[in-house]
Amino acid sequence: MKLKEIVAILDGEILLPGANLDIEVPCAFSSDLISDILMCTKEPTLLLTGLTNNQVIRLCDMIDIVGIVFVRGKRPLQEIIDMAEERNIPLICTNLTMYRSSGLLFNAGLRSCKI
Amino acid sequence: MQGFAAVKSEMGEYWYIRPGLEESVNDYFSAQPEADMALESQIPEKDFNQAGKGSAEVKNLLKRLGVDPGILRRVAVAAYEAEINVAAHSLGGMMVCRIYDEFIHLIFKDMGPGISDIEQAMTPGYSTADDMVRELGFGAGLGLPNIKKNSDALHILSEHGNPTLLEFLVYFNSDE
Repeated sequence: MKLKEIVAILDGEILLPGANLDIEVPCAFSSDLISDILMCTKEPTLLLTGLTNNQVIRLCDMIDIVGIVFVRGKRPLQEIIDMAEERNIPLICTNLTMYRSSGLLFNAGLRSCKI
Repeated sequence: MQGFAAVKSEMGEYWYIRPGLEESVNDYFSAQPEADMALESQIPEKDFNQAGKGSAEVKNLLKRLGVDPGILRRVAVAAYEAEINVAAHSLGGMMVCRIYDEFIHLIFKDMGPGISDIEQAMTPGYSTADDMVRELGFGAGLGLPNIKKNSDALHILSEHGNPTLLEFLVYFNSDE
């Protein structure tokens, strides 16, 4: 599934205007626990989370995150957006909850990451 | 899940060695040869702006050396968990990275206050993280289990009231 389809399904807002929305997203994982994300992400993955601190971006230095969706109307500070821009990580905000966002994407065919 | 034949745990000390690597790991720890390359970084207490930078540096260095992406991920995840542990639970400490032909040795030393029960701390889901640390998304109780899962040898030396030493090896040619 392409990132632009994900943005449309989640009625999302793109925080980095220059982001490439044509990238292919193979799978997704949803969590607010950093250790869970580290343990479960072994392939290029879209992350859905309610965490907006800098460690969420730092994670992308360790594992292969292709983009981050901030759920339930959460918005990161500008310094976090800048960190993502340096790493070329697309950021999307949605007002939907994590459960609803995950369900909509799953129903649309975006699979869960292999754990 | 790997076998537990090589797990040794005593009061204040914990060893895990992936089965089949006992001889190589023991030889290394008794000889402690000079590393081909070494890196050091400080880990200040509760500084979550800095935490993770050292691990990212190590990963980038290994990447430049041409290490397999799967191995890179294991080193980065284990190093990051260990770095966060020092920042979240100790009075601050440091990370030392020693790179050899066949493996990487990462050493984390802090200034205390130590782990009172290592066995308990190794239990998935057990955490002593405070609210501030949990709010950042840490404190799942998976830090040490995640380090063990991603390393080929893990050694922890700690007791309540004293500094903690945590060190692990990841071989460049090993499979998880």
